[in-house]
Amino acid sequence: MEGHSQYTPKSGFARWLERRLPILSFIHDSFIAYPTPKNLNYMWVFGAILSFMLVAQIATGVVLAMHYTAETTLAFDSVEKIMRDVNWGTMLRYAHANGASMFFLAVYIHIFRGMYYGSYKEPREVLWILGVIIFMLMMATGFLGYVLPWGQMSFWAATVITNLFSAIPVVGTSITTWLLGGYSVDNPTLNRFYALHYLVPFIIVAIVALHVWALHVTGQNNPSGIEVKDIKRDTVPFTPYATLKDGVGIAAFLVVYAWLTFFVPNYLGHPDNYIEANPLVTPPHIVPEWYFLPFYAILRAIPNKLLGVIALFSSILITAALPWLDTSKVKSAVYRPLFRKEFWVFLAVCIGLGYLGAQPAEGAYLWFARLFSAYYFLHFLVILPVIGRIEQPEQAPESIEASIIRGETSHV
Amino acid sequence: MVNASPPPSNVTVDKPTRRDLLYIATAVTGVAGAAASLVPLIDQMNPDASTLAAGGPVDIDLGQVEPGGQVVILWRKKPIFVVFRTQENLQVLRSRQLLMELADPDSKYLQQPPYAKNWHRSLTPEIGVFVGICTHLGCIPQFDPLPNASDPATNWLGGYFCACHGSKYDLAGRVFRDVPAPYNLPVPPYRFTGDTTIRVGENPPNEDFDFSTIRQM
Repeated sequence: MEGHSQYTPKSGFARWLERRLPILSFIHDSFIAYPTPKNLNYMWVFGAILSFMLVAQIATGVVLAMHYTAETTLAFDSVEKIMRDVNWGTMLRYAHANGASMFFLAVYIHIFRGMYYGSYKEPREVLWILGVIIFMLMMATGFLGYVLPWGQMSFWAATVITNLFSAIPVVGTSITTWLLGGYSVDNPTLNRFYALHYLVPFIIVAIVALHVWALHVTGQNNPSGIEVKDIKRDTVPFTPYATLKDGVGIAAFLVVYAWLTFFVPNYLGHPDNYIEANPLVTPPHIVPEWYFLPFYAILRAIPNKLLGVIALFSSILITAALPWLDTSKVKSAVYRPLFRKEFWVFLAVCIGLGYLGAQPAEGAYLWFARLFSAYYFLHFLVILPVIGRIEQPEQAPESIEASIIRGETSHV
Repeated sequence: MVNASPPPSNVTVDKPTRRDLLYIATAVTGVAGAAASLVPLIDQMNPDASTLAAGGPVDIDLGQVEPGGQVVILWRKKPIFVVFRTQENLQVLRSRQLLMELADPDSKYLQQPPYAKNWHRSLTPEIGVFVGICTHLGCIPQFDPLPNASDPATNWLGGYFCACHGSKYDLAGRVFRDVPAPYNLPVPPYRFTGDTTIRVGENPPNEDFDFSTIRQM
């Protein structure tokens, strides 16, 4: 979108650089003059928070890599060395481990915000799909990183996840052997997981660049879901308005992150991961990190291995089809009375699946997991398409400015 | 000389030229080259020579196993259950009550060498040899040989129970119905090298079972 002002280089050096590499005007147009809808609420700060977390994870990760050894007989001890001997090592490792949790917390809020306000709808389908790709790469990175400390949970998480691929007919076992580099999870597995854990975040950086590019082509969605019609009336420049609001959001988020890291650094971890990996002992209760629990619940809900694995992957991939499954032309839930209720039910189902994923797969837990898994897919495949057809949307204002005048500025 | 220049002839556009051939040949060579260079990049992830060598046969002396008990050894870094079944155990394996609960009582799926495709899934009825890895997601099932009314499951007849996701197997490694694990526990190739010693990872003479052909680890 066209910005509020055109960039004119002021200094001689800026003019010199601008003629050779117009990076200053690019930054100005993208992060200073870039028009943002006037009515953005605090749900819109999570993009900036996620950018911050990506940088934080790469920074803490790179320095941890300077002390970590990806070899099965040394890996566990090298992590203990980081915790006991390396200067600031405890803090760096706790910041990285809890950083992963905070990263996922932010991405889940970011995704549900997009669902509530219809941010995936025309013309933002590509933007949304890029986001789904980033989410899947994040899950891969989180899993790969969790294996590196080579504790019991690391080892058995690696075993369980690589065994998912053995459900594939005919070639499954060969694929699993290829992934593991051996007959079971062992040194070759740890080595390649380390290499990939270092690589994938930089692929994420590249996809994030595309995500931001796509965002800057279509412009941001906003709580009213109405497209910008008049730059002057409907938007304000990114700096200072969005910059400062993002700053406030990041600061508030950092308070929670710092509290986790400094006061309860092992709250979200699992004590079994402080026991070194042992291929002869399975922990009595294998649980993934909290951010994978809803998907784990779906996997376990189905008493057939292949179908369970298909359901697991489908539950993630189906979100990419959201722009076409949601048949309503109205973007924001603010003007959609039926969808507004369904959204909270769906959110409750997702949180419920998360709770069930942490419970043993038996008895009532299993039946609720099956019920909720069914609802999860029904939401996408039946409820959303049907609501879009039968719902009578409320009258939306004609512009973002009109929405503000109607007093709808703060749908946090 | 009005309109003298002829329109560009379609013939010269459509007719393949030597240059077209060069383009196609170059593209084919390029694609073939790129594909060929992917082979080492992908195949390097498969088990290397040392891993394959370390996957050789392992000997075990059964003198240390008591009737009704089991030992666990490592072969290819996988736990191998060697169980010494009692006469009571063997009776249960043939009981109608058990057979009705099994998903694959006759070992139809290729999860064992042909010489173990029998009711006890082994060379001799007493000694059972299984890869101790749940065919669901790779956990190690617990050895629970004694019948029990409620623990680890109701009307337990003795066998293996996977605490991870509740899969059940009998003492011949046969999987129950309505559990997440899809197949029986794999039986590795093995042979007797003496009266009380077996070698895991090697077929009996005149057998050529290839363990990598099994349905699923």
